[in-house]
Amino acid sequence: MIKFTLNGRKIDTDAPPTARLLDLIREDFNLIGTKEGCGEGECGACSVFVNNLLQNSCLVPIGSIEGADVVTIEGIMESEQFKVLDESYSEAGGVQCGYCIPGMVMASAALLSQNPHPSEDEIREGISGNLCRCTGYNMIVDAINLAAKKGDGLWQKK
Amino acid sequence: MDVKLKNISTSVPKKDHKGKVSGQLAYISDVKVENMVYGVLYRSQVAYGKIKSIQLPDLPEGYEAVGAENIPGPNYVKIIKEDQPIFANEWVNYIGEPILMLIGKDLDILYGLLDEVKIEMEEHQAIYTLDEAIKQKSTTGVTLANYEFGESLESISAIEQGAYQIIEEEYDTGYQEHVYLEPQGMLGIYKEDEIVVQGSMQCLYYIKNALITALACGDDDVSVVQSPTGGGFGGKEEFPSMMACHVAVAAKAVKKSVMLVFDRSEDMVVTTKRHPAKLKYRTALDKEGNILSMCVEVFLDGGANVGLSSVVLQRALLNSAGVYKIPHFHAKGYVLKTNTVPNGAFRGFGAPQSFAGIESHIAHLSKLANIDPLEYKRKYLVKQGDPTITKGNFRDPILMEDMIEDLLNASDYKKKKVEFETFNQQNLRYKKGIGTSLFLHGCGFTGSGERDHIKAKVRLYKSKDDQVSLKISNSDMGQGIFTTLSKIVAKELDLPYEEVLYPYPDTKEVPDSGPTVASRTTMIVGKLLERAAKKLKAQWQHGVEQEVTEDYVHREMIPWDEKTFTGDAYPAYSWGVNFVEVEVDTLTGNVKLEKVYANYEVGKVIDDRVMKGQIDGGLAQGLAYGYLEKMTSKEGRIQQKSITDYGPPTSMDVVTIQSKVFDNPYADGPYGAKGAGELTLIGGAPAVQSAIENALQTPFRQIPITPEVIIESLWTREGEEG
Repeated sequence: MIKFTLNGRKIDTDAPPTARLLDLIREDFNLIGTKEGCGEGECGACSVFVNNLLQNSCLVPIGSIEGADVVTIEGIMESEQFKVLDESYSEAGGVQCGYCIPGMVMASAALLSQNPHPSEDEIREGISGNLCRCTGYNMIVDAINLAAKKGDGLWQKK
Repeated sequence: MDVKLKNISTSVPKKDHKGKVSGQLAYISDVKVENMVYGVLYRSQVAYGKIKSIQLPDLPEGYEAVGAENIPGPNYVKIIKEDQPIFANEWVNYIGEPILMLIGKDLDILYGLLDEVKIEMEEHQAIYTLDEAIKQKSTTGVTLANYEFGESLESISAIEQGAYQIIEEEYDTGYQEHVYLEPQGMLGIYKEDEIVVQGSMQCLYYIKNALITALACGDDDVSVVQSPTGGGFGGKEEFPSMMACHVAVAAKAVKKSVMLVFDRSEDMVVTTKRHPAKLKYRTALDKEGNILSMCVEVFLDGGANVGLSSVVLQRALLNSAGVYKIPHFHAKGYVLKTNTVPNGAFRGFGAPQSFAGIESHIAHLSKLANIDPLEYKRKYLVKQGDPTITKGNFRDPILMEDMIEDLLNASDYKKKKVEFETFNQQNLRYKKGIGTSLFLHGCGFTGSGERDHIKAKVRLYKSKDDQVSLKISNSDMGQGIFTTLSKIVAKELDLPYEEVLYPYPDTKEVPDSGPTVASRTTMIVGKLLERAAKKLKAQWQHGVEQEVTEDYVHREMIPWDEKTFTGDAYPAYSWGVNFVEVEVDTLTGNVKLEKVYANYEVGKVIDDRVMKGQIDGGLAQGLAYGYLEKMTSKEGRIQQKSITDYGPPTSMDVVTIQSKVFDNPYADGPYGAKGAGELTLIGGAPAVQSAIENALQTPFRQIPITPEVIIESLWTREGEEG
């Protein structure tokens, strides 16, 4: 039995320790915001927070999350920070097909939590583990830049 | 907030933004239906051979196998020709060709069972490469399609005899993989009286027609529903028809709903890609380096089936002279069969290969004339009223000169060239360069395709409470047509944009307004919607349910004749100019983009932000096609099975793109709009090549120009220079 917290909820699971966190999130809890793009930790579509660190959930075996705090996009959807990201992505036009976006939003939140006023280069580096094939990234970079400005003060709270 | 649209180009929030940013919009892999099982495909491990026997393992209860014998209709995926089996049951023509499907509840068990399937195969000598296929192109079955047109070879031969010199060049382009972030997925839903196929797709009616053939059923026995589609780029144009046949045949056979979702490695290895191509140029020049005549030959690697390759070849040939008026031009082209994964539609559809080739060749000719490549190109630039290479006409205004001038100023081109030359003299390791590309894209289907094959129909529905919905079969795959087409209707009806609905299309609800391809959606479907909205407005009755339809009307120009390859190939053209600056590390061969400038003319922009998204995303793909993305096949096997092995750009590879769109409204497009989606990719690769050549002062005759290619060329040059 593995115990951990998922979006603030205490979870006991008897899934095998080698099972992927991604599958647990999607199959057992039907949290569809975490997407599978490659299954090899290359695209970032399945990004979640494990103890506040951005992780590709396709590479996380359940056995490694005993006692951990796991947060998916559903876990931040009601937050002020998410609202700012939502607005900024809309205003900057950062969303096209949308498949990379929940992961990209998680990466954006992770970046801004660590660095509330990133430079363009720091933004590019911050999302370099998340692939997008539609936008060429620039409008996503703009979105994060905008979120940093709009959410001034919001990101340090954490 | 009601948004009333004053200026059509002013951006509005995208219709599907909320569900996408929160991840709560369900893509096909997020869907679960009652009584659903998974399917996995057993694929050929042999490139070319005959199936002798199939031995299945003992299947546990609830697990079943489906193959060719379960197909109610003929065993082919209806595309153009009948050469692509749904399940190969006699000959296999490539590694990865589906032979049968195993079906059951648990994917791990299914993969285990797949390993136990035994197929005895009689192997035959396969053709693995385009070069081998070119050598064998006269052998029966190797040439899948060919066309030839232009001035007679006799008259060109006469010109060549009087020429000062004749330049021959060969140019090679590689595979390009779509890497849509959402892998392909399709669900066949079993119902007593019908099969519903739902999934990630661009072309609902292509799929529906393929299903009617495969299931040998009536129009009402099958329907197709688009799921949110995580990127297409052409990769979800014809390929999903095969997956749809798989899940529909399986659902009918096992009387359960069957889900087929690829993981990334399966998607990379078995789905269609951009055709590798070889382009041959033979150009006669006078003493000053002026072009007297040009012959072009285009060879496309079709892979194992013809699929859409003949149409891709048409577009490649129609663009074989680029944006230039070449005196005395002749072209021919071939699609050749190889025993490799079938190649197919990809944003640009044959044009990116041709533009990479012609831009390269023209730039190389400019060296012989001792003129800056851009100046040389401008000498030959087509102007309004000029004939096309197929005796059509460029009848609309062409703004290319203004677009070029604008970028010459914006980039400070002339000054940069001098600066970079000095920089390169002073720096041994790093070399800087600036390069350009000039290009166009023919909007819509080639020739009379819209009139003869597509026959698009659109419908607008108004409910009793005056809610208007778009009823069309076109897919929003991320390019933003939910937003742009809704805007056109809203503006025409003077309604708030939010109040116009455009639900995910379902063939039960929507007429066939054609596939979502060929830069046709905004221009063709958008125009029909504009007309439908005008009609609805004229008949508007408050509180009454109303419906209007509009059918495609062909604007006759110079009639297109596919046999002789003459006439107006396209109703309109969109145009582009790209300038790119790079820095090349001559020690590692790495290319770093420094600046990218892009001017486009697409008639009229329907939404500034959506257009910018097309520019940035298309150009990133196009640039990467020129130097970053490399896919290879070895003895019929794709070598790059993961995204990292292949190397599409990350956020670190891209720079800010300084872009501008020029207004030039087109009479037959909604608000003057033409096509935009494909155009933005086309100039990337030739511009990056041109910049690398400027940096290294070395010609290249292939893309992608990877670090290996650069290092090899530097060594070769060193060898030559002693």
